[in-house]
Parts: sequence; C-alpha cells; structure tokens
Amino acid sequence: MWILRINMTDATYRLEEPSPAYKNLAGRAMTSTLVSDEVPPLCHPLGPHNKLVFSAGIVTGTAAPTSSRISVGAKSPLTGGIKESNAGSSWGPALARMRIKALVVEGLPKDKKMLGAFLTWDAAQDKPTLEFFDASDYAGRDLYAIYPEVYEKFGKGISVASFGMAAEYGYGNAGVVFNDMNKRPSRYSGRGGLGSVMASKGLKFIVLNPGGAPGVSMADKALFDEGRKKLLEALQTHDITKPKGALNSFGTAVLINILNEAGGLPTRNFSSGRFEGAASIAGEAIFEGVKERLGKEVYNHGCSPGCTIQCSNTWYKPDGTEHASCLEYESVWAMGANCGIDNLDKIATMVHLCNSYGLDTIETGATIGVAMEGGLLPFGDSGGAIDLIHEIGRGSSIGRTLGGGTEFAGKAYGVVRVPAVKGQGMPAYEPRAVKGMGITYATSTMGADHTSGYTIAPEILGVMGKQDPLSPEGKAALSRAFQATTAFIDSTGHCLFIAFAILDIASGYQGLIDECNGILGTKWTADDVYAYGAEIMKKERAFNEAAGIGKAADRLPEFMKTEPLPPHNQVFDISDSDLDSVHGEM
Amino acid sequence: MRITLRVYATLCRYIPGASAGIPLSLELPYGATLADLMKKMGIPGEEVKVAFVNGRARDLNHVLEDGDEAGVFPPVGGG
Ligand code: SF4
Repeated sequence: MWILRINMTDATYRLEEPSPAYKNLAGRAMTSTLVSDEVPPLCHPLGPHNKLVFSAGIVTGTAAPTSSRISVGAKSPLTGGIKESNAGSSWGPALARMRIKALVVEGLPKDKKMLGAFLTWDAAQDKPTLEFFDASDYAGRDLYAIYPEVYEKFGKGISVASFGMAAEYGYGNAGVVFNDMNKRPSRYSGRGGLGSVMASKGLKFIVLNPGGAPGVSMADKALFDEGRKKLLEALQTHDITKPKGALNSFGTAVLINILNEAGGLPTRNFSSGRFEGAASIAGEAIFEGVKERLGKEVYNHGCSPGCTIQCSNTWYKPDGTEHASCLEYESVWAMGANCGIDNLDKIATMVHLCNSYGLDTIETGATIGVAMEGGLLPFGDSGGAIDLIHEIGRGSSIGRTLGGGTEFAGKAYGVVRVPAVKGQGMPAYEPRAVKGMGITYATSTMGADHTSGYTIAPEILGVMGKQDPLSPEGKAALSRAFQATTAFIDSTGHCLFIAFAILDIASGYQGLIDECNGILGTKWTADDVYAYGAEIMKKERAFNEAAGIGKAADRLPEFMKTEPLPPHNQVFDISDSDLDSVHGEM
Repeated sequence: MRITLRVYATLCRYIPGASAGIPLSLELPYGATLADLMKKMGIPGEEVKVAFVNGRARDLNHVLEDGDEAGVFPPVGGG
C-alpha cells in the first residue's frame, strides 16, 4: 500500500509507505485521520497548509456489492471545520486497485496555471506512476464539454476527478466531481466546498487508469467471500434495496411523498413541512414521466461498478433526449419544494446546471431558498432560479455572493430564517418534524448533514423498528449510534444505502464485518464497528474544537426553536444538554 | 364517514387509475380501521409498511374518524 503525495508547489509527487498506525484505516477514517494529523486546524482552507485527501474504502475495488465509494477530505471552506464527503464512481475502485491508500494533494502553485495528473500502473517497477499535463485549456468551461475531451485524450479504462467553474471562483459551494458509468461529470463529493480546495491547488484533473494494477490484497479471501455473499443476499432480499425495489424503481426521490405525508418536507425555505406540489416532483412522478416520454418502463442504473441496488435515474425531455442525470431526492427537494417549484423539467435544468458548473445541489437550492426569502425573487419563480444558477456559474457579482452558500446569502440579504448549521445548508428533512435528524444536523462534525446519522430510517421509514419522529425521547442516543455506525460504513467504501438492508437483516450486517475482517485480517465484532466509528468522530470533533468550532456551534438556528412548523406546529425542543450528550457521552 | 386516502409507490397498482399522492375520497362506516380501509381498497395489509393518519404514523388497527386523511406506503427508502 502507498500514500501518494502530489505537491502542487513544485508539481512533484512521491510514494510513501503508510505509517503502521494507518493499517486499518480507509475511506473516511483515512481522510479524517490524515487531515487531523497534518492540517493545522486554524489554516485558511484555500491557503498553502490545507491538504485535500482522497481515500477509497476498506472493501472498495473488490467484488463486494455496492462498494465503489471514494471519500474526499480537507478543512472545509464552507464550515471552517473538517470535512469528508463521499461519492460513488469508478474512480474509487481504480485508486484502490493501484493500492493507493490515500492520495494527498498539498502545497499551492506559484502561478494560476492549471495542471492535470495522469496516474497509471508501472508494471516494470510494480508501483503507480504519475505524469503531469497542462490543463489550462479546460479551465473556465462547462464540465459537460470538457469530460468528453478528457476521455478522448486518455482513452478507454480511465476515471476522472475534477471540479467546475464554481470551484475556480473559490466558492464555499463547489464540489469535487467524478465520472458516472456513462462518463458524465455527475457524481459529486458535493458538500462543504472541497472542489474549491482542489481548485486552489491548481490541480484540474486527477485521471486514473489502473490497467495492470494488482488489485486489493486480502488476508483471508474465503472469509471475505463469505461476507460479501451474506451482504449480497441481504441487499437482494430487502424490499428497499432489491432489484425493482423502491430505490431501483423510483430512485431516492421516492422519499418526497413520505416526508410530505409526515409533515417533514421542508418547503419554501423551511416555512412549512408540506408542499402542495410534492406528488408532481416525487420519484413516482419521475418513473411515470420517463415511461410516458420513452414509451417503456425504465428501472434505474448504478452510479458506479458493482452496485446491485442501482438507484440512479435519468430524466428525459418530451422528445426523448436526455435532460439530466441524476434526479436525487436531495436535489429534487432543494430545487423543488424548498424553492416552491413543482415542475420536473425546470428542476432537471437546475440539476444539470449544477453539474455543469460544479455546484452542490443541496447548498445551491438552500441558498436560492434564502434568496427567495430575502426578496431577490419570489418563491416558485423557476426561470429566476435558473438565471441565478447561471449567475453563480459565471461568477457575476450577485453570483459570487450566492456561491458563498446558504449562510453567506442569509447575511447578504438580511434573512433571519437561515437553515444552516456550522455554515452548511440543511438537507431535505425538517428538524422540527423529525427530531432525531435535527440532533444529527446540530451535532454532526460536518455541519447540517443528513447522511452522517440517518435517523430517518426508524423515525420515518420503519427500518430498524419504528420511533415517533415528533418525540425527543431517546433521540440523542439514537443519533449518536447512527453517527458512529455511519462513520464506519463511510470507511468501508460501501454506499450508505446498504444500511436499509443490514439494519433489518442481521446476517447482512455480519457479512459487512466478515468482508472487512477478510481483507484486513482483523477479528472485529459488532462492538468494534461502533468503536471504530466513535474514534473517527472524536478525531473530527477534536479538529473542529481546535478550529474554534465547539459546543456552541452544535445548535440549530434560533428560528427553529421559536417558530412552530405547520402542519404539526412543533418547534425543535431538544435541550442543549441533550445535544451536548451526543459527543459528551461518546 | 368520509375519509381521504392517498396511496404511493407500488401500492398504486391495486387501485385502477390511481396515481401516487392523488387523493381519493371514500365513504366508510363509523368505527372502521385502517385495516378495513385497506381491505375495501383491495390493498394487502402486509404490503403496507408505513401508514399515516393526519401526518402521524399509525398501526393498521387504528380507528379512523370522519374527515381523516390517510396515506399508505410500501417499504421505501433513499437519502
Ligand atoms: S445505491 Fe445508488 S448511490 Fe449508492 S452506489 Fe448504488 S447507484 Fe450509487
């Protein structure tokens, strides 16, 4: 295994043996540890001392199902704290197959010239090798225009990481983008402005071709195989994750209706929990709309190699040509309900523009919602919202203000109702109607982040039992348990959506642990899963505290404690001491 | 009594012409439960994973009242 360091100050690279302390670390555990160990917490996120770290998960690059995630970490320009954001792409498996445990981009170039890095396997030397190339021709352009050129230049079998124009402006809202299975620039480590960190380093692309690489080494292949079969069986039996199940048929936007029924679908900048246009933008409407436009039923595809769940969709124009991929729950909500927009074609345009410019869809929709609240344009104005995304992408003065994200826009427009925690815009679950999720938003080391402790499973979906979403009882412990388990899953390289199956099917959970033990030669049990995840959270938390982000930042915005939210007319009534217990009792 | 029902995702196939989230207005005898409502609509109870009445999750033996709004889901998930 290697740690590959790319130093952009002098455009050099070197391969290092990882420290023995890193032996069992991968994915989020690796990125967060490396950032904690090497990045000064008080450094400027776009300055010379920040480092951008890529790491694939423990099982990424193997035959384990739904395991092609890549974690990206750094100090975040959006939150000022530590950040890990992961995406599904062939890029992660390619890195893992070259036995690169972590790829670290460091330093800062002396000029503004953009370079690319092309990484291949040198069979003679039995190690990865890297060449730089001039990438200045690709700067300032639409990602959908430049990805085909990169594929053309480097040929078959490559995977591409990059960022868009949004990152070149240094916005807090700019993601790192990876290719999907159709070479689209559409799979994002979107949250927290990591694209801007990559852009600050002047590294426009990291192109991987793992041809000839040896692949992931395993301590006990038989145990690994046993584990992956158990997990596969769970994924293929559970109603949510099985073929033609909820995710494969309706995509993640199947959640629009159930959150709306529960009164927890944030609407018009978090002023209501119900959106009257929900049904027309939900996963079912996407499925029916595609069926009508293509004349056949279409089930979803995988974003990355080896995914058996396959939740990614494509939306088509009335003439049957492709419009956007993918219309995720979060994206549809952010551009839709949150902005009072109920038209899937308009939403698709907005999502596609975010992918073109390199923006995080959640942060973009949350920001536009705040701009609507601030009177810049009315709720429901889809044309105006599309124009604003162009302004952000082109870097006009108004665009630069909005590119700073939800909280920044709130300050610029004098808005009180600003749905953000630690500077990061809230995703598609209303904390006043789903209290456990509110605790996760408040206490996550990432800022408002639904994936970091998805209590929606028991609170709304009836996965892993049923809990009353309006009750505060026991929710701090629930959020803590989910946050720790999630930190572990984020380190395995599995997509978080395996959780639906493994939380209900015990043999699937065991399969996950067996896979990891098979690869690492460890003897982990379920207790170790929690301990491993808790360890990651502690490191992240310590980094944040040293960066000046402590307890006082583990709070929701004031309006959520004072403004009752229809239809349940509830406020967020979790006490500060309960919030503090999430990390306090870790 | 009058009840409004919304069906979602794969449950729509049990009701000819129904589409997800479009309200159906129905007449039910007083004292009817969610289970009775499912039976009347031909939706197998075991396929209902989560049922809401007026925005609160309820068991199938929950007794309905005049004017209630119900929404029923098969297993769904996402993120
Ligand atoms: S479940 Fe969906 S998001 Fe997860 S890896 Fe598969 S296609 Fe990608």
